[in-house]
Amino acid sequence: MEYGFTTAAYVVAAVLFILSLGGLSGQESAKRAVWYGIAGMALAVFATLVGPGSGLWLLSLLLIAGGGTIGYQLATRVQMTQMPELVAAMHSLVGLAAVFVGLIAHVELGRVLAMDAEQKQALEGFAKLLAKKDGTEVSILRVELFLGIFIGAVTFTGSVVAYGKLAGKLTSAATKLPGGHMLNAGAAGLSFVTLIWYFNTGGFLPLALMTLAALFIGYHLIMGIGGADMPVVVSMLNSYSGWAAAAIGFSLGNDLLIVVGALVGSSGAILSYIMCKAMNRSFVSVILGGFGGSTGPAMEVEGEQVAIDADGVATALEEADSVIIIPGYGMAVAQAQQNVAELTRRLRAKGKEVRFAIHPVAGRLPGHMNVLLAEAKVPYDIVMEMDEINEDFPSTDVAIVIGSNDIVNPAAQEDPNSPIAGMPVLECWKAKQVFVSKRGQGTGYSGIENPLFFKDNTRMFYGDAKASLDQLLTMIQ
Amino acid sequence: MRKTRGTDKVKIGTPKEVTEGEARVGMTPDSARQLQKLGYDCAIESGAGQLAGFSDATYEAAGVEIVKTAAALWKASDIIAKVRQPNETELKRLNKQKTLISFFNPGGNEEGLELAKSKGANVIAMEMVPRISRAQKMDALSSMANIAGYRAVIEAGNNFGRFFTGQITAAGKVPPAKVLVVGAGVAGLAAIGTSTSLGAITLAFDVRPEVAEQVESMGAEFVYLDFEEEQADGAASGGYASVSSPEFREAQLAKFRELAPEVDIVITTALIPNREAPELWTEDMVAAMKPGSVIVDLAAEKGGNCKLTVMDEKIVTENGVTIIGYTDFPSRMAAQSSTLYATNIRHMMTDLTPEKDGQVNHDMEDDVIRGATVTHQGEITFPPPPPKVQAIAAKPKEVVPELTPEEKRAQEVAEFKAATKQQVTLLAAGGGLILLAGLFAPASFMQHFIVFVLACFVGFQVIWGVAHSLHTPLMAVTNAISSIIILGALMQIGSGSYLVILLAALSVFMAGINIFGGFLVTRRMLAMFQKS
Repeated sequence: MEYGFTTAAYVVAAVLFILSLGGLSGQESAKRAVWYGIAGMALAVFATLVGPGSGLWLLSLLLIAGGGTIGYQLATRVQMTQMPELVAAMHSLVGLAAVFVGLIAHVELGRVLAMDAEQKQALEGFAKLLAKKDGTEVSILRVELFLGIFIGAVTFTGSVVAYGKLAGKLTSAATKLPGGHMLNAGAAGLSFVTLIWYFNTGGFLPLALMTLAALFIGYHLIMGIGGADMPVVVSMLNSYSGWAAAAIGFSLGNDLLIVVGALVGSSGAILSYIMCKAMNRSFVSVILGGFGGSTGPAMEVEGEQVAIDADGVATALEEADSVIIIPGYGMAVAQAQQNVAELTRRLRAKGKEVRFAIHPVAGRLPGHMNVLLAEAKVPYDIVMEMDEINEDFPSTDVAIVIGSNDIVNPAAQEDPNSPIAGMPVLECWKAKQVFVSKRGQGTGYSGIENPLFFKDNTRMFYGDAKASLDQLLTMIQ
Repeated sequence: MRKTRGTDKVKIGTPKEVTEGEARVGMTPDSARQLQKLGYDCAIESGAGQLAGFSDATYEAAGVEIVKTAAALWKASDIIAKVRQPNETELKRLNKQKTLISFFNPGGNEEGLELAKSKGANVIAMEMVPRISRAQKMDALSSMANIAGYRAVIEAGNNFGRFFTGQITAAGKVPPAKVLVVGAGVAGLAAIGTSTSLGAITLAFDVRPEVAEQVESMGAEFVYLDFEEEQADGAASGGYASVSSPEFREAQLAKFRELAPEVDIVITTALIPNREAPELWTEDMVAAMKPGSVIVDLAAEKGGNCKLTVMDEKIVTENGVTIIGYTDFPSRMAAQSSTLYATNIRHMMTDLTPEKDGQVNHDMEDDVIRGATVTHQGEITFPPPPPKVQAIAAKPKEVVPELTPEEKRAQEVAEFKAATKQQVTLLAAGGGLILLAGLFAPASFMQHFIVFVLACFVGFQVIWGVAHSLHTPLMAVTNAISSIIILGALMQIGSGSYLVILLAALSVFMAGINIFGGFLVTRRMLAMFQKS
């Protein structure tokens, strides 16, 4: 088929992808948007299969079908609470695919360059494309595929580690090998040296060295980031997988790859930015891992944590007119979203105003809580963002904090020495009464003492969130 | 206090109140159940709860031991919880092992203090519970004042010949009653709440201007004075009102004189700690009121806010104004007030029993317990040192200066300029970089590069519009479309060696997982988002 057809199909596919992302601006249009994405992908694959440069299309289709079956199984079986793991795992596949595609480009380049002009004439497909390149273009190609492999490798190990942390298979605490960031810097320096080496020689050794270094960077970088920073990590890896695709697109001269890679890359970058802003931390400090040291002694927390039983919470809820629920990762861990939704339904049936306040970094994935609540059939129009609802706390009777900690920590506003000082938080302590559902008295992932728990209007509702809510539901009919 | 004698558990006992007409009781079946959970035994004098509507049988059902006589009860109990200030006979029954919890009026009850001290007993005076948020649950003064405020309105209505609410009936139009509440403390606010919910037009006055907000939140109108004086912030005096200056008083009385002919019901609740109640409703104001009007003076016990008030009596003046000077409003609602008071006592016991093991830990380091304790181990510990924690009043609101239109305009222009400057700088820098790249890179690269830059630009524009709640679907869908890398693999798979085919095949396979998995999971998620 003509080359022109492929390009035209690519343009249509690119437009469909843009519409697909743009459609996510609202819940209703999003349902349409995903079909744009699917159509765009189908078109792109079809156009490539029939276009120049491809072969073995039967094998390709079989492989896609095989992969698709596995993907289908994964997608239909995954629990909504496991979304972060799934997303991280899928990023790792993109990263690995990028590494492979980059390596192939290298192998093919080597083969093509070794040929004489006559042999080049006889080439087909991808190799033919390579054969057309002149000296400068070959050099640029080397840089491009080098970058593609580098980013792909970082994404791969990074995502695998992120998956392990999110799935609880690795410790979620920030751990570093001795040497810390010097190791990362060393590996990055090595990669840079191999880039120059590879640029000049085009040999396989520097490429292999760099791949190992990049794999190490991905592993070590993400190991050094704590569980609470995972939303940033996952969106950052999302961004990387896009940039890897774009870099590969350059080396293959495929515009659609470039466009989509850039779209995904910028999407992930913006998500990371939003997450960082929600934590009032710079991107660099998140990536370098761990909370920065505080600048002075933390404010003394006065008072005591007063416990309350389900009976007391039930009574207060019966009397309240307006309730705001603040879910956090603890809700996801305890799988308590169905109970939360049931509680919401019952309270709403009694004519009470129930709303949810979602902090941008609640959970382990941007928008994690929204998805969990949606799964439990909580209507999305009562699920509010932080900025929409923060002003309403003073006029709220009861705020219920379920499994969140730092995002409701008043120290962020009151204590300039706190490690999270300046981070925007949900001001739930301004509600008339606050109930905190929490497993025990310990501090959260960040290890920061939370003065909220000691406030006079706060009552601690200890226990596993799901069990506590079960108990509560027996009392609220 | 460790239990040393006889039975193994510490016993809390409540005698029948001895004061004439007192219907309240210091323990209810409910509070007894809670006290038993703390590890205590409970006992009550036979018939103690009768007037409050709690029979001996209900106590027995709650596991409370019924004791026949007061003497036996005082003897058997380690902790005595009662309502009214104890009389001499009662105090003489105390000894070193006993703790008494009740109202005690320590400021005006020196003999009582001396007697308790000589007996070596610990006495916790419920009116001395400091007014801090943590201690609200045991603040019996507030819970009693709340009842008094409510009951004051009910008593007033009982003696007032008209409706509270305005009505237009077939038999003619009824104007709403106008109620003035003086003093917006706990009792005042309760009175305001009751009065507004009955439908009366309610005015309220207090010397502390910071309570205006609370008054208005209850639906009443705050009466402001045309008077320029900084009133002492109530928070400085533990949340209570302090004495006001003569000029202020004059302005206040002038305002009341102006209101007197209009209002139908006046409820005065103005009390200053440890002082005679201030006279706020003078005789000439009473004379100016319409016949049939009612005054309820909640300060009657301390001499009354109106000089005509007779303590514990209801009188009618010559011009037909009823003045009610009862001091036993809580006792008139004994069931309610006993419930609240018993709960206050129960909370006090909870604080005294941090381990919930039925053993009292009389912690004199604790602000609340220290404040309320008036005799401890043979010492008089009244008055207490000031509490470490001050009552927190609303801070005066910070006024954000209104900007004039010119200033606003100037600000907007400045912001616009700054934004323009930022954008231009970014564009110039970005454009410069691209030009620089164009100088060195070959044209074939630049073609792709332009596509790349434009795509980034479109990406940034589009992604900002994505709803926060859809960030997870966004990640899933970008994940799915980032498997566009499959195109690269597809292009290469037909080219060259087996190694290439193997690697490309693996890539196609993985991307296939991703495409289907990503889109399906996105669809699954989006289908879940439902509108209510």
